[in-house]
Amino acid sequence: MALLQISEPGESPAPHQRRLAVGIDLGTTHSLVAAVRSSVAEVLPDEHGHYLVASALYVDADQASHVGQAALSHQVAHPLDTLVSIKRLMGRSYEDALASGMPYQFLPDAQSVKIHTSHADLSPVEVAAQILQKLKVLAEGTLGDALVGAVITVPAYFDDAQRQATRDAARLAGLNVLRLLNEPTAAAIAYGLDHGSEGVYAVYDLGGGTFDMSLLRLSRGVFEVIATGGDTALGGDDFDALIVEDALRTLGLDNISHAERRSLLSAARRLREALSDTPTADTIHTEHTQPISQPGACIALSLSRAQFEVLAQPLIDQTLACARRALKDANLLVSDIKGVVMVGGATRMPIVRAAVHTFFGSTPLTDLDPDQVVALGAALQANLLAGNRHPGEDWLLLDVTPLTLGMETMGGLVEHIIPRNSTIPVARAQEFTTFKDGQTALAIHVVQGERDLVSDCRSLARFELRGIPPMVAGAARIRVTFQVDADGLLSVTAREIASGVEASVTVKPSYGLSDEDVARMLTEGMAQADHDAQMRMLREQQVDAAQLIESVQAALSADADLLTAAEQTRIEQQLQATQRSATGDDVEAIRLAIKALSTATDDFAAKRMDRSIRAALTGRSLDDVG
Amino acid sequence: MTLNEQDHFALFGLPRSFVLDAGVLDAAWKRVAMTVHPDRFATASAVEKRVAMQWSARANEAYRILRDPLSRARYLCESAGVDLQTETNTSMSADFLMQQMQWHEQLDDIRDSGDVKDCAAFAAELSDALTVTTATVQQLLEAKQYSEAAARIREWMFLDKIITQVRAFEPT
Repeated sequence: MALLQISEPGESPAPHQRRLAVGIDLGTTHSLVAAVRSSVAEVLPDEHGHYLVASALYVDADQASHVGQAALSHQVAHPLDTLVSIKRLMGRSYEDALASGMPYQFLPDAQSVKIHTSHADLSPVEVAAQILQKLKVLAEGTLGDALVGAVITVPAYFDDAQRQATRDAARLAGLNVLRLLNEPTAAAIAYGLDHGSEGVYAVYDLGGGTFDMSLLRLSRGVFEVIATGGDTALGGDDFDALIVEDALRTLGLDNISHAERRSLLSAARRLREALSDTPTADTIHTEHTQPISQPGACIALSLSRAQFEVLAQPLIDQTLACARRALKDANLLVSDIKGVVMVGGATRMPIVRAAVHTFFGSTPLTDLDPDQVVALGAALQANLLAGNRHPGEDWLLLDVTPLTLGMETMGGLVEHIIPRNSTIPVARAQEFTTFKDGQTALAIHVVQGERDLVSDCRSLARFELRGIPPMVAGAARIRVTFQVDADGLLSVTAREIASGVEASVTVKPSYGLSDEDVARMLTEGMAQADHDAQMRMLREQQVDAAQLIESVQAALSADADLLTAAEQTRIEQQLQATQRSATGDDVEAIRLAIKALSTATDDFAAKRMDRSIRAALTGRSLDDVG
Repeated sequence: MTLNEQDHFALFGLPRSFVLDAGVLDAAWKRVAMTVHPDRFATASAVEKRVAMQWSARANEAYRILRDPLSRARYLCESAGVDLQTETNTSMSADFLMQQMQWHEQLDDIRDSGDVKDCAAFAAELSDALTVTTATVQQLLEAKQYSEAAARIREWMFLDKIITQVRAFEPT
């Protein structure tokens, strides 16, 4: 449970202790976990020595979950029960799932969608959580201690719903999310810190299921994203599908089973990868192991590199169109780009490298393993955020929101509030008014997208502002504030200015422990524990209480002038109450007293933070960093 | 130096002036970002992180407004108490109104003909007009003649709009 401490801003509570944090690349096809050890970022291998864990899940008849290669081993026999490429469904609705072309059986669900398998019905968040859980266990086992948190990467072009789903999956897996980090930015960190050269770079990130193009400027220790573009439904999987479609067309087959299709897609992937690696031989035969149509008949997939490149060209062109748009948004020319970083296994394809070389006029940078580079960058960020900062190791990421955010207005139109490629965190407000006399409520519909009609944008949230004092139409002034935080997550507040009536929709996790859950777990834990364990739990709460009490006292002696006499008295009363409960042996009472003291000092903490920031901004010298 | 809610120049430690070197502003923004960004407070409490986020959003907004010459000019007027009245005040000098109509017609002609050379010539003409307007606004702001500057800035806003329309029409 997180302890709300009033610590000195910028300092870690235990500066001499190394805090373990990891970076996780939760990919469509593969996932990786990496950590910084002895100042070097490294991907952590699994129990078989593999760095890439397949993003696959299979739940067997005993309700046991298998993740990774163990799951894939079931995919030919049980194609609809072996869940792969589930990233494509994160933050998507039941209707989106049906339209996705994925072969699974979908069920509608209150919040999103569930995938039906023989032994379990799972939401995409639950599937992702299982994969994250495996990586967490792997990391803690290898590093030898509990994690304080993880940085999880997402495609830069992921929208708000997709990001929230990712955060929810991490919470469900018991991971403290230090930050959601955009994949191209993560790659840029890995390269930037490696090369240390300033300039504007492009990151071409072609993963298993998503494509991102980001333009970043590295200067003065700051990684600033200038523009980003992409397609969350374009990746290596789509190239495999093209090969399979072509084979079926050539053979005149149109009705094959799911098992056969899965087997063919697998073979197509192996074929595509082989075509990347074999420069001399240009024809590969791959045997399809299951009979098609008639017993004993097998399909052999064969394709030359030249033939594949003809098939692949339209998809390549789509990626370059994204690149053009990002350059236009950034107001840059190709000649302004110092280098292009290649990310994602699919960038090993010679046609991709050639196309990128031609478009940008320079040889793409590939010295870091394109499969690992995102996880490595995430590990570097995680290490920094956990508080393990060495002097001189000072850098900052300034990312952007990838899609325009707006609100529905009369006639189904969209009023754009925050344009795409705005640096985050960002907050923007706009005033709206009522359209009928005596109107007491306003419906707020938040959407994301570039189009002008609501029907062409993605709906993010709806809420109502009620209790507007009745006025003549057009007289009410309602201020709607959109705020996007550093993770790219949105919250919207609406406030009627005259009366102060307010309503908001904020990011609420759909998974996670409520306060009642925590209390119940604690009580149950106590009841079941033996005497020694009970004493330990009591001791832990007492130590937590003592630490908080000490920080509050230190804060009061430093900044009590920020408080009114009444405020100070209230805090001191709560301090005493917490001290008293800590001398007792009621674990739940101590926990509640700690919480009460934290809440009572929230405003004080905010004021202290504000004072500290103002001092830093006005008083610092130019070479005083950090 | 006080840091009140709206003073973007003070936030970056820069003098209030229309003339502003892009590199100087960029360096100032990054210096402030290093101080206030939530990532610098990753181990702090939720309340402290929220304060950092508000400062960070403010710094990004200040940078956005000061970076673009037109929005910087508007900001200097507005913070001197001169309301640009962009919604209500559509009065402009007769000369400029004529120029507006002429440019509208030129844009329509180019849309109809699709002539690349004409388009390039038109873009160049607009660019020259922009240079003159910007220089005039600079002089007026330096002389603290905010009301007069406001009128020229309204013209500048119109120019900006038509230049965007022409650019959207140009082949990439």
